[in-house]
Amino acid sequence: MANSLLQVSNLRTRFHTPEGTVYAVNGISFHVNGGETVAIVGESGCGKSVSMMSLLGLVPTPPGEIYSGTAIYRQSDLLKKTEAEMEDVRGREISMIFQDPMTSLNPVLTVGRQLTESLRVHLGMTQAEAERRAVELLEQVGIPDPARRLGDYPHQFSGGMRQRVMIAMALSCTPSLLIADEPTTALDVTIQAQIVELVAQLRAALHMAIIWITHDLGVVAGMADRVLVMYAGYIVEEADVQDLYDSPSHPYTLALLAALPRVDRRRDQRLKSIPGTPPNLLVEPHGCPFAPRCEFVIEKCRHENPTLIEVDKNHSSACWVNVKTGAPR
Amino acid sequence: MIQYIIKRLLQGIILLIIISGALFWLMMNVGDPLATMGGRTVTRPADKERLTRQLGLDKPIWLQYLYWLVGNDWTKVDPDGDGIRDKSGTRLGVLRGDFGTSLVARKPVTELIGERISNTLILMVASEAVTIFFALILGIYSALRQYSVSDNILTAVLFILYSMPIFFISLMSMYLFAVLFKKWGLPYLPTVGMFDPQVGKTPTQVLWHMVLPVMSLSVIYFAAYSRYIRGTMLEVLSQDYIRTARSKGLPRRQVVYVHALKNAALPIVTVIGLDLPFLLGGAVVTERIFAWPGMGRLFLDHLSRADISVVMGILMLVATAVVVFQIITDVFYAWLDPRIRYS
Amino acid sequence: MTAQTSSLPQLVDDLSTPPLSLSRLVWLRFRRHKMAVFGGILLILLVLYSFGGAFVYTEKYANFNDTSQRLLPPSLEHPFGTDSIGRDILARTIYGGQISLFIGLVAVLIETILGIIVGALAGYYGGWVDAILMRITEALLNIPTIFLLLVMAKFFGGKIPEIEFAGRSFSGSVVVIVVIIGITSWMYLARIVRAEFLSLKEREFILAARATGTSNIEIIFLHILPNTIAPIIVSSTLSVANAILAEAYISFLGLGVQEPTATWGNMLDKSAKYLDSAPWLWFFPGMLILLTTLGINFVGDGLRDALDPRSRTV
Repeated sequence: MANSLLQVSNLRTRFHTPEGTVYAVNGISFHVNGGETVAIVGESGCGKSVSMMSLLGLVPTPPGEIYSGTAIYRQSDLLKKTEAEMEDVRGREISMIFQDPMTSLNPVLTVGRQLTESLRVHLGMTQAEAERRAVELLEQVGIPDPARRLGDYPHQFSGGMRQRVMIAMALSCTPSLLIADEPTTALDVTIQAQIVELVAQLRAALHMAIIWITHDLGVVAGMADRVLVMYAGYIVEEADVQDLYDSPSHPYTLALLAALPRVDRRRDQRLKSIPGTPPNLLVEPHGCPFAPRCEFVIEKCRHENPTLIEVDKNHSSACWVNVKTGAPR
Repeated sequence: MIQYIIKRLLQGIILLIIISGALFWLMMNVGDPLATMGGRTVTRPADKERLTRQLGLDKPIWLQYLYWLVGNDWTKVDPDGDGIRDKSGTRLGVLRGDFGTSLVARKPVTELIGERISNTLILMVASEAVTIFFALILGIYSALRQYSVSDNILTAVLFILYSMPIFFISLMSMYLFAVLFKKWGLPYLPTVGMFDPQVGKTPTQVLWHMVLPVMSLSVIYFAAYSRYIRGTMLEVLSQDYIRTARSKGLPRRQVVYVHALKNAALPIVTVIGLDLPFLLGGAVVTERIFAWPGMGRLFLDHLSRADISVVMGILMLVATAVVVFQIITDVFYAWLDPRIRYS
Repeated sequence: MTAQTSSLPQLVDDLSTPPLSLSRLVWLRFRRHKMAVFGGILLILLVLYSFGGAFVYTEKYANFNDTSQRLLPPSLEHPFGTDSIGRDILARTIYGGQISLFIGLVAVLIETILGIIVGALAGYYGGWVDAILMRITEALLNIPTIFLLLVMAKFFGGKIPEIEFAGRSFSGSVVVIVVIIGITSWMYLARIVRAEFLSLKEREFILAARATGTSNIEIIFLHILPNTIAPIIVSSTLSVANAILAEAYISFLGLGVQEPTATWGNMLDKSAKYLDSAPWLWFFPGMLILLTTLGINFVGDGLRDALDPRSRTV
């Protein structure tokens, strides 16, 4: 892992609510190399967003608590930094873009202002320099007539354009890592494709690493180098993207892939959904969290939570069973 | 934008007409100005009849309202009450600035109000300024320290203050700062009037005398606004765009005072603007307690003596202030919020 | 699904526990608010004080005046002292409490009924009905309540003679005050109810009711109204505090309930004159008003949180 830009170990995040403690992230470990794109896949509530927010210190810490773990970025642990130190990291080294462009931009500040403020804070530019750079950035993301648009407010842009503005903002200080939290989920399909295309272009130009969170396996196939599959706050499978699609090794991944609607499916076949419901995160997990819904479940699964076991080169799966043969590992 | 303003102005005018009509009807129907003609009881029936004709009270109500609104100098009235309408009226009507004459003081209403209005305004402006200043500080402070011990204590204290009736605060503060302080030999605050008649109406005198009434008026509003500002800030701080701002690594100050406050300002400005004229209501009680010579006291004094023209004058003034402030606040909000300004 | 902005992950219902009925759920959530429970206890104590106190002191005693005993400071015999004509203040606060609380509750009853009717009709029928009703509401809202109350109190006061009720006699001004507070405070509730009706009347279950031929009156009162109970309850609860305060304000200014019937408000009226010499005159009634208002505000706040399906109690 010498090339690792980011190395996360055993991250655990919990929330203390009046209903009890929510075990949102339960000991995940992964790494991201410079320039590579890692996709994190999983259904709502599996902890993908919370883990990323934990890395950046954006989890509100009265209810939330980063219980354990390290996140080594450029030789220092993000989780041990002070707020002031993190302010230097955010936006400058690691940027994040979010799901809903409608609500993620401040409605009472101009787009120009929201672009130039990072430049001025992180790069020390003057107002004039920052505005010039802002115009360039808007052009890069494909906003027409950028100079005039600097003075416009977010509500004067369409959804897709707003997301482009978000991307411009995130990339303004050329971060090494971009975390994209479901940036296309709230957009129309055609716009989705455009945004994905845009990010791909920019990634190449800036040699930037990306963590792309999504629940859409289709997007993963086009963008990612590696994939992490998360469930109930655990990483349950990790693989290079091609391997994941060719030989998925975790029952959950299998189920996700099987649930994808396909054009070549027979019309009288029902869509496969995953039976059962996601686990109640208020309960500290015992045994494999997927056991209640798994079609390969054996007795061991209910008592012992499997750790990630290597099943192939660069490919691990947290499962006691070999899904190809049905036999325990 | 201009269209919007014009529309609101027209609506406001209609509203004022309705209000004035309703109030006028109220006054005429439930009051009996003859019973105590400005303090002196009129008993002989013949006198009563004469007075009725003199005051034009024998006319139908809508006509009385008309005269009140546009005056009666364009028609003949009966000033000596003998039943013969022989002379032209002298009233110009409200629309031309004539609110009639006080039955008690025998002076034009506008003059009476004019004497007192600045005194009330001083109180109100000072109270509002104090309130806003402290409420902003406290509201933002406690919003930023949600869940902390100081926030909880503060919230509890503010809650208690906000539940207090004005007169309780006034009486308590009077007792503490005037009576007890005096007893203990400390410098104490004056509690009566606007200035000490022996010293004269100097700025220092007025300021000293203002302290207690302003404090009474502002404490409750300040408690209410602090809670409101805290709530608004908390709501704004939980919004997505604040998360974005933080994720950009902006310093906390900037996130709170630019990104958050600018958004919170919208509803806060609305609440303050709409509430402003209602401070006049609080002034009524406060002026009574502290014997402050303002419009509130004028209202009470003349109401108790059924002096209708003065009462109507003050009521219309207050209602107009409310309507005007509503329009100003709405327009200001529309200008502040870019989503409305550029749509 | 959208990511929660407060970063709390989605909590999935645990289907193994049976669902709670609405009132039980509300009660449990209410109970969690220590302040609200404290407020509730406070109110119960105050009610006990006012109505239970009648068993300790008779009304005759409360009105019994002996000017040789005037303005005595608190003592064993008169725990709250005596007033300017020698009446025992403790006893008067007991009976005053009855009137003040009574006025608060009945006035709120009146304003709730008025507010619901106006709000429901305006919200449901819309059109010119809405326009007219809202203009009236706005017009009334544009006059600060104190002014309205004072004017009405002045002109209605003294018109109603003494009333005999349950073996006691009350000044007719009590009825006057109750009515005028009621008819000057309904506007706030009307706006809330109207807003609820506006949003609810387009919902499918209402369309379904209409499609099956349910009459408008039934729809309003049996279908939509029950769904608006939550904000009505909260608003009405908090209004009781406002009503008690309103009575106190008018009485304090001399236009409220007239002697010898006592209320906490009119006990304060005479007290300003004796501010320095007899603070007990205003302290005890004022304190009782404060405690009542406080209790009501606590309970109202707790109810608001307990009834709001969207708020998170953290």
